[in-house]
Amino acid sequence: MNEWIFDIWTIITASTVACTSAILGSFLVLRKKAMVGDAISHSVLPGIVLAYIVSESRASWVMLIGAAVFGVLTNIIIEFLNKKAKMNADASIGITFTWLFAIGVILLAYFTEGGIDLDQECVLFGEISMINLDKVLVDGNLYLGPYAFWFIFPVFIIVLAFVVFGFKGLKITSFNEDYAASLGIRNGFWNYALMSLVSLSTVMSFESVGAILVVGFLVIPPASAYLLTKRLIPMIVLGCVFGILSSIIGFYFAKSFNLSISGCIVCATGIIFLVNLIYSIIRDRSRKNISIAQ
Amino acid sequence: MSELIDFISFKDPGVLTILIGALAVSFASAIIGTFTYLRKKALVGDAVSHSVLPGICFAFILSGEKDPLLLILGAFLSGWISVFFIDFIVSRSKIKADSAISITLSLFFAFGAVLLSFIQNSDNANQSGINHFLFGKAAAITDADLKLFIGVLIIVGIITLLFFKKFTTICFNEDYAKSIGWNVKWIDFVMSSLTVLVIASGIQTVGVVLMAALLITPPGAAGFWTHSIRKLIFLGLIFATISTVLGTFVSYVRPNMPTGPWIIFFLSIIAILSVLFSPKGILRRLVLNRENKSKIRNENLLKTAYYLTYERELPDFSRSEIVSKRSYETLELEKGLKSLKNKGFLLENSGRFYLSESGKTEAKRIVRLHRLWELYLTNKMNFKSDHIHGIAETIEHIITPEIEAKLLAELDYPDKDPHDSVIP
Repeated sequence: MNEWIFDIWTIITASTVACTSAILGSFLVLRKKAMVGDAISHSVLPGIVLAYIVSESRASWVMLIGAAVFGVLTNIIIEFLNKKAKMNADASIGITFTWLFAIGVILLAYFTEGGIDLDQECVLFGEISMINLDKVLVDGNLYLGPYAFWFIFPVFIIVLAFVVFGFKGLKITSFNEDYAASLGIRNGFWNYALMSLVSLSTVMSFESVGAILVVGFLVIPPASAYLLTKRLIPMIVLGCVFGILSSIIGFYFAKSFNLSISGCIVCATGIIFLVNLIYSIIRDRSRKNISIAQ
Repeated sequence: MSELIDFISFKDPGVLTILIGALAVSFASAIIGTFTYLRKKALVGDAVSHSVLPGICFAFILSGEKDPLLLILGAFLSGWISVFFIDFIVSRSKIKADSAISITLSLFFAFGAVLLSFIQNSDNANQSGINHFLFGKAAAITDADLKLFIGVLIIVGIITLLFFKKFTTICFNEDYAKSIGWNVKWIDFVMSSLTVLVIASGIQTVGVVLMAALLITPPGAAGFWTHSIRKLIFLGLIFATISTVLGTFVSYVRPNMPTGPWIIFFLSIIAILSVLFSPKGILRRLVLNRENKSKIRNENLLKTAYYLTYERELPDFSRSEIVSKRSYETLELEKGLKSLKNKGFLLENSGRFYLSESGKTEAKRIVRLHRLWELYLTNKMNFKSDHIHGIAETIEHIITPEIEAKLLAELDYPDKDPHDSVIP
């Protein structure tokens, strides 16, 4: 089979993760919850370890459920500390995910004493270059892409459907919680629904493509788009475009220099972000000059 | 038990090295972490911890060896650039702090991962172990590390003492510091540099994530006990000591257990206990809430009793007569009646109730407060007489005798309220 087909599938998989993350990430950036993605990517470790112990295999549905449960739990603890215990938002996030991560490492150490094969680097650094090892083949020769893609694609559909059908609620609660409450829209519901989807998609994606890539995709492309537009839909669309663009650039760069693909893709999003940042600084300065001249 | 004695008596000299090293790192983090926590920049520590990776890799690529000091220098530089980058994004664009932190964190870490893959491809014989640099292994603290940690702790301690007033002021009121002509940027620079220094030196002992915990959790837990910055630091140090000793002990007893995560585990337990049981914690707040609710219910019940006794002039009254004046849920009514009887304010005689002497005094007091406040609102605040009842319902429960005396003087010792009822 031609090697370029594998390359294309790798880019398609990365782009699917990019779009899923850009859609959800736009809301996270607007809600000032950008760090939640990073928190979840660490705090699901105990869930992954426990699920591995139960199911005795990697890449299983049990593992994903375990991780997703801990993702949601992370959000509940953060909200509890922040709203009920009146702790600063950032301290609540910091305490919660480091605590859960520590428990994860301890569990890992406890079970590896009994000789199981699961190390933390593997868990946290899933690598997108590995996805073509698990192929979906029909009749032994019709290649339908890597297993990881068919893992992530349903999540993308779920996220897309959620945002399309819940657009009004999500939008209003993201921009103005008080206004939403006055309209009778339940902030808590939309918050937890969004966070649960973030947990699900983070877990689903980083099992196959790596935590670095997911956390990067979740914030950098939406933030780049946020520099260019004030409107929500263009922000989401631009975020997806930036994500896809960096998947292509990063992949080919990594391939030609034999470097980490996930790392290079995130660096590509970073370069796009820097270009946008510089552009927005120059634009704001010239606007200021014009208004002074007038 | 013998393990405990061995541990305490430092039978194994290695334990002493690990313990002192871990204590030095956690002390330095707790001190500087208190300031970053108060400035609501707790997660910057997390971002810096991730962002030291490219610096470490660069130092390794350039020197080709794992000289700890060189690696720390690289870590310090890239950590410092990340702090600058976060500040730059926040001050020059509309992107908020949380996004800026998250962008910096993932970007630097990803760049580090790229460099790491470069090192692995270049097949450098000395590369093994650089991964572990990130996940921490406290059990491998050497004497050189120990000197470094103690040195960092001394630097952090001295500079914090010298800058204590300045650090405190910019934590609580940056604008004030600016207005009295302090160079806030310089103070900020010193504070950030100390944070980065602590992270860069400690990262190999506790690893990336757990470094963040050492900075955030001690002040986070201490914040439930006190508001004073000195006490915050002091409590943070105590919490750090307890958890470091316990964590080191666990990994002494079970050598396969990682020290860092156990320290964080115990630290988090302290934080959880603080959240639940401290004076500002959740349980205390729930209790206060309940006490407050039952106080309000009892006082409302006394007011009803006053009305029935003095204005309807009943010698005694039944439950249904109470409810006909003011509606109570059955359960609440029973609780209130029981509580008032226990306090001796209310007496019961075969299903009918009447106020005792002390109950009469107490009931009069509350009705007086209610009517005084209504009068105050109409006379002094120019409220209309049909708008004042609700406000008075709320305030009557919290007026102290001192305020009552002032009200009486202010209103010239009145005898009628705005609705022409007698003020008892």
